[in-house]
Formats: sequence, C-alpha cells, structure tokens
Amino acid sequence: MPVSQMLAERPKRVERSLMRVQEIINECGTTESALIPILQKVQDEYRYLPEEILAYIATALDVSPAYVCGVATFYAQFSLEPKGKHVVRVCDGTACHVRDNRALIETIRQRLGLLGKERTTKDKQYTLEIVNCIGACALAPAVVVDDRVHGQMTGEKVIKLFNEIDARDGGEA
Amino acid sequence: MAALLKLNSPQSLADLRRKASAALDGKALRVVVCGGTGCSSNGSHEVFQALKAAVDAKGLPVRVDLLDEEAMEALSVTFSGCSGFCEVGPIVRILPENYFYVRVSAEDAEEIVEKTLMANETIERLMYKDRHTGEPYARRDEIPFYKNQVNIALTDCGLIDPGDVREYVAHDGYKALGDALFNHSPEYVVEQVTEAGLRGRGGGGFPTGRKWGITSKVRGDKKYVICNADEGDPGAFMDRSVLEGNPHAVLEGMALAGYAIGADEGYVYVRAEYPLAVQRVRAAIKQAEEAGLLGDNILGTAFSFHIKIKEGAGAFVCGEETALIASIEGQRGMPRPKPPFPAQAGLWGKPTCVNNVETLANVPRILLHGPAWFRSFGNEKSAGTKVFALTGDVVNTGLIEVPMGTPLRDVVFTVGGGIRGGKAFKTVQIGGPSGGCLTTEHLDLPLDYDSLRSVGAMVGSGGLVVMDEETCMVEVARFFMNFTQSESCGKCVLCREGTKRMLEILEKIVEGKGKVEDISTLEELAETVRDGSLCGLGKTAPNPVLSTLKYYRDEYLAHVVDGKCPAGQCANFKTYSIDAEKCKGCTLCARKCPVEAISGSPRQLHTINVEKCVKCGACFDACRMNAVVVA
Amino acid sequence: MSKNHVTVDGVRVELNGEKNLLEIVRKAGVDLPTFCYHSELSVYGACRMCICEVEGRGLQATCSTPAEPGLVLHTNTDKTMRIRRMALELLLANHCGDCPTCDKNGNCRLQDLAQRLGVKSVRFPKPEFKHEVDSSTPSLVRDQGKCILCGDCVRMCKEVQGIGVLDFIGRGWDVKVSPAFGKPLSDVECVLCGQCATCCPTGALTVKSDVERAWKLLYDPKKTVVVQVAPAVRAAVGESFGVLDGELAMGKLAAALRRLGFDHVYDTSFAADLTTMEEGTEFLNRLQKGERLPQFTSCCPAWVSYAEQFHPELLDNLSTCRSPQQMFGALAKKHLPEELGIAAEDLAVISIMPCTAKKFEASRPEFAKDGTPDVDLVLTTQEVVRMIDQAGVLFSQISPESLDMPFGFKTGAGVIFGATGGVAEAVLRLASAVSAPKHRNVDFHDVRGIAGLKEAEVEVGDRTVRLAVVNGLANARDLLDRVAEGESEYDIVEVMSCRGGCVGGAGQPLPNDMAARERRRKAMYDCDSVQTFRNAADNPFVQEAYRKWLEEPNSHTAHELLHTAYQHRRRLTGETIGVAEGQEQNTVEVKVCVGTSCYLKGSYDTLHKLMDCAEKRGIAGRIDLKASFCFENCGGGPSVEVDGDLHSGVTTETVEALLDEVIAPKLGRVAEKV
Repeated sequence: MPVSQMLAERPKRVERSLMRVQEIINECGTTESALIPILQKVQDEYRYLPEEILAYIATALDVSPAYVCGVATFYAQFSLEPKGKHVVRVCDGTACHVRDNRALIETIRQRLGLLGKERTTKDKQYTLEIVNCIGACALAPAVVVDDRVHGQMTGEKVIKLFNEIDARDGGEA
Repeated sequence: MAALLKLNSPQSLADLRRKASAALDGKALRVVVCGGTGCSSNGSHEVFQALKAAVDAKGLPVRVDLLDEEAMEALSVTFSGCSGFCEVGPIVRILPENYFYVRVSAEDAEEIVEKTLMANETIERLMYKDRHTGEPYARRDEIPFYKNQVNIALTDCGLIDPGDVREYVAHDGYKALGDALFNHSPEYVVEQVTEAGLRGRGGGGFPTGRKWGITSKVRGDKKYVICNADEGDPGAFMDRSVLEGNPHAVLEGMALAGYAIGADEGYVYVRAEYPLAVQRVRAAIKQAEEAGLLGDNILGTAFSFHIKIKEGAGAFVCGEETALIASIEGQRGMPRPKPPFPAQAGLWGKPTCVNNVETLANVPRILLHGPAWFRSFGNEKSAGTKVFALTGDVVNTGLIEVPMGTPLRDVVFTVGGGIRGGKAFKTVQIGGPSGGCLTTEHLDLPLDYDSLRSVGAMVGSGGLVVMDEETCMVEVARFFMNFTQSESCGKCVLCREGTKRMLEILEKIVEGKGKVEDISTLEELAETVRDGSLCGLGKTAPNPVLSTLKYYRDEYLAHVVDGKCPAGQCANFKTYSIDAEKCKGCTLCARKCPVEAISGSPRQLHTINVEKCVKCGACFDACRMNAVVVA
Repeated sequence: MSKNHVTVDGVRVELNGEKNLLEIVRKAGVDLPTFCYHSELSVYGACRMCICEVEGRGLQATCSTPAEPGLVLHTNTDKTMRIRRMALELLLANHCGDCPTCDKNGNCRLQDLAQRLGVKSVRFPKPEFKHEVDSSTPSLVRDQGKCILCGDCVRMCKEVQGIGVLDFIGRGWDVKVSPAFGKPLSDVECVLCGQCATCCPTGALTVKSDVERAWKLLYDPKKTVVVQVAPAVRAAVGESFGVLDGELAMGKLAAALRRLGFDHVYDTSFAADLTTMEEGTEFLNRLQKGERLPQFTSCCPAWVSYAEQFHPELLDNLSTCRSPQQMFGALAKKHLPEELGIAAEDLAVISIMPCTAKKFEASRPEFAKDGTPDVDLVLTTQEVVRMIDQAGVLFSQISPESLDMPFGFKTGAGVIFGATGGVAEAVLRLASAVSAPKHRNVDFHDVRGIAGLKEAEVEVGDRTVRLAVVNGLANARDLLDRVAEGESEYDIVEVMSCRGGCVGGAGQPLPNDMAARERRRKAMYDCDSVQTFRNAADNPFVQEAYRKWLEEPNSHTAHELLHTAYQHRRRLTGETIGVAEGQEQNTVEVKVCVGTSCYLKGSYDTLHKLMDCAEKRGIAGRIDLKASFCFENCGGGPSVEVDGDLHSGVTTETVEALLDEVIAPKLGRVAEKV
C-alpha cells in the first residue's frame, strides 16, 4: 500500500499506556541511535506505531517528528496501521517462489477472506505479509506465524494451521 | 550450566580447553539434536524432550553439565545449531560413532535409546538413503551431501552446543584470540589474514586483510568493527546458520578484527527476521563476557572489546555498508556516496571495518592453522572455501561448504544429487538478486570470484538456486527485479526509477504484452542503471536481466515475437481447451471456474471461452477425466 | 613538474582547495548539470547527473569524489551522456508535466536540462497522478507531482535551518518528501522561511502567488493602493532585466509600479528607520536596567515563529518592536487616509517583500484592526517581476522615478536592513551617536559579511556592548545553545532566518544561491554609502512622524502602534494520547502537556505522579487522563488542563494539591449533581 494511503487510513485514536513508552525510552536512551530499538519495542507493545506516540518519541529524543516518521516508514518491520493479533508471513524468497508459494498465498487469502490489497482481516485477528527470504529455503515454501516457522507448507497444512489457531483462540475466549 | 570462571591468563584458557575437550570428545556418548531454524520448525524440540525422557526412563546415567567431573563417562543430550541439511530434519547425531539420523520424530526416541545408545545398533529406517540408489548411510561423513564438503566456516556447526561457550573452547575456540593477544602484534594478525588471501564472503570479494590494513592505519581515537549479518538475499541463509550454530566463531573473529585495527567496540547488525540467531548471539556475548573472552581486559590483557547487537528492521539495502551504518545510527537506511569509505569515516564518522559473518567465522581458523593451510583450499585468487545455500529443483537442498573453485557440476550433481524428478538441468542462478545465471555451458566453470565475474555472475552472498527445464528465464529475471525494485531505498534516480521501469517491461513480456523494442529499452536501462547507480544494490540490480539477456535472449524473443513461453511457465501464454474425447460433461470444471468461462450442459461436451479465461488452471486441477488440455 | 592539477577534457585545472571534482569541472568551464548538489548543503549523490569518467577509476559521481592531483576526467562521453539522458527521461516519465501552467515554467531545471541534453521522447508510461497540492499556508505551495526527490529541501531545512520540517517518507518507488505524518505544512513546525523553495529545482515547492489578488485591488477604481518596497527588493528585482545597481533598480521599480496602477510608492526602509529608533531606544533602556538581555531582534517573521515554537523561554528577550513591514502598515492605515484625503476603507496597503514568511506575518491577527489587516497583501520580488512582465512594462527601458513622500524617504541605515548585520549596524550607529553625536555614520565592518555568525564588541558610552549577528536558523540554534550553556554572553543579537539576510529571502528571484546573495548584499551597502543621511535618527520624516503622531521613541502611542507581543505556539497538530480512560461514569477530563517545553520541565513525572496519587485515593477510575501536545502555555509549564481549565506550573511537588483542591472537588460536585 502506498505510504500516503497508509497514513490516511490509520485510525485516529489510541488508548494505550504511555507509561510503557516512557519506560522503553528510559531503557533505550535518548540518543538518535536508540530510535530504531525504541520503535521496535513500542511496536512489540502496540502491534503498530500510532502517530501520537511517534510524536512523543520525537519530543523525548529531541528530533523532528518528520525524521521519526521518515525512519518509521522506511523499514518494512514497522507499521503505521494496526496489525492483526496473529501475523502471518509468507516467505517470498527464491526457493519458496520456485516451489510455488503463489498458490499458497492465494489459499491463505481465501481462508482469511482478504480482498484486493487488504492485509488485515476485518476482525483484526490476522495480518498477512509477504516477506523477503526468511532463510528457511530448505523448507520451502515456508510460512511464519507469530515468529514460528512452518516449513514445506501446502494448502491443506496451512488451513489446518489456521483452524488450530482459531480453535485455540476460541478456547481462550 | 555451572557458573563460568573468569579466564585471565593463557594458562586458564588452556586448562579449560583441556578439560572441556576431554569431556566433549572422550568416550562418552553424545546425542546431538539439531536445533537450527529448519529442524526446530520440523519438531526437533519435541524430539529432544522425548529423547531425554526415554533416557531417564531407562535410568541411564546422564551428564547434565559438560564439566560434571563425576559423570564424565555418562551420556549427554544436547542441542546444536544448524547442520545444513535442513530438508531431512529433524536431524539427530550420535557421537562418537557419528551416526546420523534423519526425519526423526518423538516416537522414534525410545527405539534410538534402546538400540543405538544401549546396544550400539543402527536403525536403518532413520538413516539417510540415496535418492537414486536407495542405499542407506549410517554415518554423517559417508553421505554424498557431506562427503564432498570441506568445513571451515561451518566447522562445529551442528556438532557443538552453541549455548555453551566451553564446547567452542573445547574445539580450540578463542585459542587464536589468546595466542594473538599474548604472542603477536596487531600487524601480525593483519599479515596472516592478508597472506591467507581471505576475501569478503558477503558479495564484493574485497580482500579482508587489505581492508583491515587500511582501517588499522587510519588514525583515530575510536574505531569500530561491524559484523554484517543483514543477510537478505532471497535464497541465502549461511550467515543465519553460522550465527545459530557457532556464534562464538564470529565473535572471536570480531575480537581479532578489533585487535588488528585498534577498535574496542563492535556491532553485530542482524536481521530481526532471524530471532533464533539474535537470541544465540546475545547469549553467546553474555557468556563470553562472563568468561573474560570479551569485554574489559580480555584474558587479563589490556585489550578490551565490547560487542553489541543491533537488530535490523527490514530493509535489504542495509546490507550495503554505508546504509547499514546509517541504520545503526538511527537513520533511514539509505546508502551514501563513497568516498569516504567506512574505513576512513564510518560509524559516527569514525574509522570502521565492516565484515560479513562468514568472513569473520573464517578468521580464527586462519590464525589457528596458518595462511598456507587456508590457501591449500580453493585456488590462486580465491582461497579457502565458500558456503552456498543450495536450493531449488535439486535433490539435496541445504547449506554446503565447498572449496573455492569447485566446478559447478560437482555442486549440482554430486553434492546436490542432481535434478529432481528426473528433469533436465537448465540453469543455476547464483549470487541472488545481484547475481547472474549459469547455463549448461558453465557446468565445468570453477565457482570462484573471478571466474564467476568473467561470465557476468558473482559469488554474491552464495545463494545457488538450481532450476530445471521448466523454468522461464524471463520470469526469473522478473522475480529478481521485483525483489530489488521493492527493496530499492529510493534515493538515487537510476535505481528508484530504473528498477521500476525494468520491472514494468519484464511484467509486460511475461504477460504476453511485450514488443520487440521493449527488449532494447530494457537492455539500455539495465546498462545505465548498472553504470550509474549510487550503491551496490543499484549497480548489481540489472545483473539478472543482463545475464538472462545474454544467455537466453531467444526466450525473450519467443515471448515478444512468437507469443510463446518456451519453458511453458508463463500463464498468459497458455491456452486451455477441453478434449472432446475425454469430457464426460460432469460440470465440475464449470463450477470451479472463477470467471464463468466454461459453458456446457450436464453430460454434454463443455467448452472454454478463451476470451473470458484467466488461465488460473482451476479447471485443469478439477477435471478427473484429464480432459482439460493446456497448450 | 608540478602535479597539483587535474585534467578535465584535456584541459589542465590547478587545484586550489576545491571540495570535490565537480567544483573542478565547473572551474574548467563545463556546466556539469546537477539536481542535488548545493555547495552549502551536504553531499547527497542521488541525481547521478554529475557522473564523469575518471581514468583508472571508471564512472564516478564528481560531487562526492575528492579532487586529487593527477586525475584525468572526461565529462562528455557516450556513457556519461547516456546516464544523464536516461536519468532525465526517467524523471520526466514520473513527473506530472503540466509545464505550460507551472509557476516554474522557464525557470525549472528539469525542463531546462531535458531541453539542453536533447531528451526528445519518453518511452515509459506515465503513472496516474493524484494531484496532491498542499496550499495550506499563506506562503508556500507544495506539489507532490512535480517532486524529483533530490532532497535539497530536506537538507536545506535540516542543515541550514536546523528544523527538519520535511523528510522522506516511505521507501523506493513510494518514497515522498513530506512533513511529519503527511500533514499539511500549516499543521507542523514550519516557520515559512521558504528556503526549501529557493533550492527546489522544479515546481514542487513554490511561493504562493498573490498576484491575482493584487491585480484585483489595482483594478478596483474605488481603492487607493499604496505600496511599500522592502530594502532587499531593490538589490534583486532588476536581475531578470539586467539591472544590478540597487538605487537604479529602485527608481525603475517605482516607475514600473506606477505603471501597474499603484497610487503611491513608499519605502519600507523608512519604517526600518522607525524600527531602529524604537528598537535602539528599547535596547538602551534594557541595557541601562540590565534586564531582558540579550535583546533579540524581531524584524524577521520566520525567526519570530521559530522562537515562539522552539524557545518559549526567550520570548521576553525578543524586542517588542513590530517589523518594519508591520510598523509601516500600522502607520499607513492610521494616518495615510487623512494625509491622502481618502476614506480609511478605500486604502489598500501592499508590500513587496523578499520574503515568504512576511505573507504569514501580515496575516497574524495582532496586526489587524477590526478584522482589517494593516498590510492587505504581500507580494514577493518574484511576483512583482511577474506582474511587470504580465503588464508588458519594459523594465530595462523605463526611466527611474523618485518615491512618494513622506514614507518614501530613507536613510542608509534603513537600507542595510536587507543584509545580515544591517539591523545591528543601524542600531549601533544610533547608539554610538547618543554618546558621541559626531559619530553618526560610522561603518561597523565587524558585523558585515556573509558569515553565519559574526561577533563584535562595541563601546557605547562607558559600556562595552557585546553583540552577535547570525543568519540561518541552524546558526541561530547553535548560538542559543551556547547562550543557554553559559558559553557565550551577549547584549544584543540580530537573527535573520535566511542565509545572507533578507537579500536571500525565499521571495527573491532565482537563482537565489550564495553567489547571488553575496552580490545583493554588496549592493545594499553600495546603496547605503551614497545616501545623504546614514543614521536613522537623521531621517527628517521619521522625526516629523514623532512630532506629529508618535511623541517620542517608546512612548505610549508608539507602543500602541509599533510594538507587539508574542505567543507560545504549538509545533504539531495531533490527537491526544489516552493514558488511562475513566472507567466509571461522570469522569473528569485531565490533560497533561507533553510538548517539548513541558516535557523538559518534567511533565511526564507530573503525569506519572498524578496517576499514582489518584490510584491511592481510589479515584483513578473517574479520571480520564490524557497526554496532550502543547496548550501554548509553554512559559508556564508543566501545564495541566482540568475539564478545559488550564493550570500552570504543575510539578511533582504541586500535583497532589491540584488533585485534592481542583480535581477531587469536581468529582464531588459531579457526584452531588447525579
């Protein structure tokens, strides 16, 4: 999605603990080189980077908000829109490509009901990302769900995986 | 693990080495479960737990800590890092016999304990079997995949526990560092590395010794060593495996670099997409510091060296050293023009030496065994070995380390076991998105820096993707261009705009909308982007295009002139029709078609409307009568 | 043989401290094209236009290659030309291309180079352009579709102005230059100095045009339109017509303006003299009392905005004097109707300024009376040149005319306001004449010149006055840091936002590079040297103004008309951050400011303690606690707003009192009402 659209579509309000952000800043320090680690930790906390929090970080680090915005939009890891509870990353490295990850991506999109360029499901349960090589080439095609690698995936295996996650989440609720 | 004593002299290190070595390589049985990313994802943790439980159930004496003196003869069950042969994981190795079990599951644990551990019997079911002959191999080094490899950078990967620094010490770990600190000058270290002819393993192939020499001579009160572990090439994972399997080798290499150039601080810049590697390196740094092998006053000397981890945030371009430095500094990872080179003005403007993971892992071995030993592998201008990630349509995929100059044929057909499914070899794409392709005419080409460059490819980071006859080379070029285009930082005009336009043209061609003049425009663009871009990413981005144009121009022409994809891969060139003889009118295909391009009444012949057909192949997959014909 | 040379296309060029090969090439007489190279900015190396072949090294970007003796360069080869043409073709393919109607038509480097290098066709399809035009401020227009991403504006704002309003957003093909979070310029910390527009090679950043509004006033028969011309305009207005002499250009401009329909032509230098009187007197008073020093000048509207946003603690130190433009406006609106015998509502005041921030200054509400601004409209030098062209007036042929009285009379001191150091020198002339009446026209060379920072010590009476002159806001920021650290002490500081002072304002014609600024700066002092009077106190019409209307400098009347006050200003619009949502009904909304000024004063600790204490008292659930950015009460921080009422100075010591005495009672009352 182009950045401008990403910026336009992000939600306007956040209700989160500022305390945790300040704690992270205290841990990482306020030098410019702490910016990326701070953004990484804040994103771990919030699952995305809310604008107001970025402005707060700019204040704490004494750098311009545009600079923080520039860094946050440069790296693929950062998202300015909320991500789903589970992040599904399909590896698009050469080996996975050669072993037809496209069909796999299509299966996942259908299973999650993602239309067009959508990346996150309406219920904010899943976000699908197509990512660069995760280095699990010998297990191609590979899918990472919440930082766990699942190798040699097939359409059937991936649907089974989602069913398991849904069942687990359902059990919790 | 027992608390580590701080080592503060050559003697204390030697003592530890002697003890650890006796424990590790003595008569005691060692069960090593591969804990690399690949095996982990296939369930090696469950295997590990099951093995431990089975051992306990049998009441076998188990050594919990490596240096548990009361249980030196007892067996141990540990994890190792990546063994390289991820495809057949989970892998379990049993030492000292070096039995090698593949695709082990938790259910196999009891049998392994009863037969192999207790009775020294091998289990054929768990052995690796040759794909062609079916011959089983009991021991690791008999397997063709391993037999033809030479391990320097990967030494100890898959053999020692990366979580226990003492296992690394047992195998001469930190011996080179100790030796350098107590017996040699920094200049000596630079000389040894220079003489060994070690060249950068991350892509460029710049002589490491020369880089160190330059950085050591630049005056500066503060210098840095950076380990570039931002491995982003699609199809390459050697750095990840080294960091996961033997992190201390890299840390020792960094400390030696620091000693050689006069730096007291280092950074490991590692992709955040490699969580296990990050975790292992972090733990290794902590242990090495506790043991006095890193940090202040290493081994009691005046030399101090601190290492920090910086996690990348998802930008391939940060593999470029100036972009990597910008990223550590907290900026957008955009490369800047060189000069000044990092050796002159790098991190925070200070002289900085940036080396790749595999390069650094070679360094302790060079100092241990000497330049002549290192040069005995490889050839004149490319000494030592190279780790390749062998993937694609090849029988054995995984991480391999072979001497520089090994002919391509040996890699693909001996180590790799040939092409899958009995298909014909077509090409090898080497060096990732910066590399080029090698064809059948290059099968006897030695894989080294200069030979590869002479045919328009490069060693790159060592991705080696084998492709069979059904691969369309225009599509290969499109795939890599899609990658570099999406990873262009957007700073310089030629790369930002040029990669986009090259991609557009390639997309047009594979979609069947290309024109003859597009090929010349593409070629002109590719040459200009190569000549004029700011950084390595841009300069090498056109390589897959130039290389495929050079060797497979006829395939491009077939797409734009004849309207054909010779490899039969590009969907838009396919036509789907229904064989009247075979169709039984079951309606299944019509129901599966997403665009209602198939018409026909039940029990009547169905037909496909070519205008409407989007060539998705759903009808082909659905038909049980094999009546759908693809041409 | 001496080897201290480089060979460029077969020509030997001696090295003389040039920073890079590009400078050598230009010295060799080759106009090597660039988009992203500016001598005063850091080397960026992105446009790839300056690539040359260096023997033994291959293709090299000359902007980033140090000039080493013995190098042999070829600037014009098959490969270098192909790179340049391809870069241009690629840029054109991704450019909106509405050249005929673009403000920069005829003055656009992309257009010019494409023409020069013979790029005749573009082979790549144009992407769909969403016209994203930001015209949210009175001063500047940003048109995304014309941006070629050279980053000049980004580096200008960051490196020269020290602010960093603009940065790159996104990556690769999606990359854009934008203020934070894609906000419009009006919603961020931009001070509208417009320096970004001075270096933009295309029409992506331009001065917002008020030409049509000006014509409308001029075409209105009911209106008497008077115009004031700022000092720095005369040094640049003739550039497009080949007239570089400032005095001559001013005379021709006066004539041209009358042809355009302006009824009276006046000189802002007159008002500058008035400013010198007011500001000099103010300074001498402060000096005597030893208070609110150093005194900072307030003529530069971008600097005033900067101080209001970034240095709330300094606002008391700013001179309270309005800028010459606004002094003129106030005086003209109050007294000209009577002088000219017209109805007040029929008078329109237009300024011609070298500056984009002046457009904003004129729109500030404190410079309006009953909703009518003192200055109705501000035109930049660029715009007035365009109007002259539109009307077909042949500037080069027109005979100079004199200005109208009384506001057309100036001294040399009023003229040099247009160059860095000019205001300081005018004040120094005034001050030194107070102690030594014969020293009225002394030149103070220490404060002249284009350097970013100049310092001087001058004897005024029995005191040594320590003085600093800065231009460029990054230089100002450094100076303020040093003052804050106690490393430097001054009595008076002149700050001009633009490098070189107003001569380098963003409203000046292009090219507006350092060479142009230096030439204009010299022209200012040439004008000064030929004036009969060179001390503001000697301006007879200024003296008359005091006699007739203003009594004496810093009198009550003068204060009413010629002075102003400053306000704290937030930098960024945005939402608040919810810290703890009130869980129960009938909550009180409490917002703690975490803007920079309050943050530095410990507002985060205030916030934290407030939450702790509320929890201890068991009322946390009834407080809707938010962190907010800037209540524009920076002087009184840390600021806390309780149900819309602002409380200043709420520190960790006083926050409990606020909770018990203000917040808790509100909860009580709310509870009672229910």
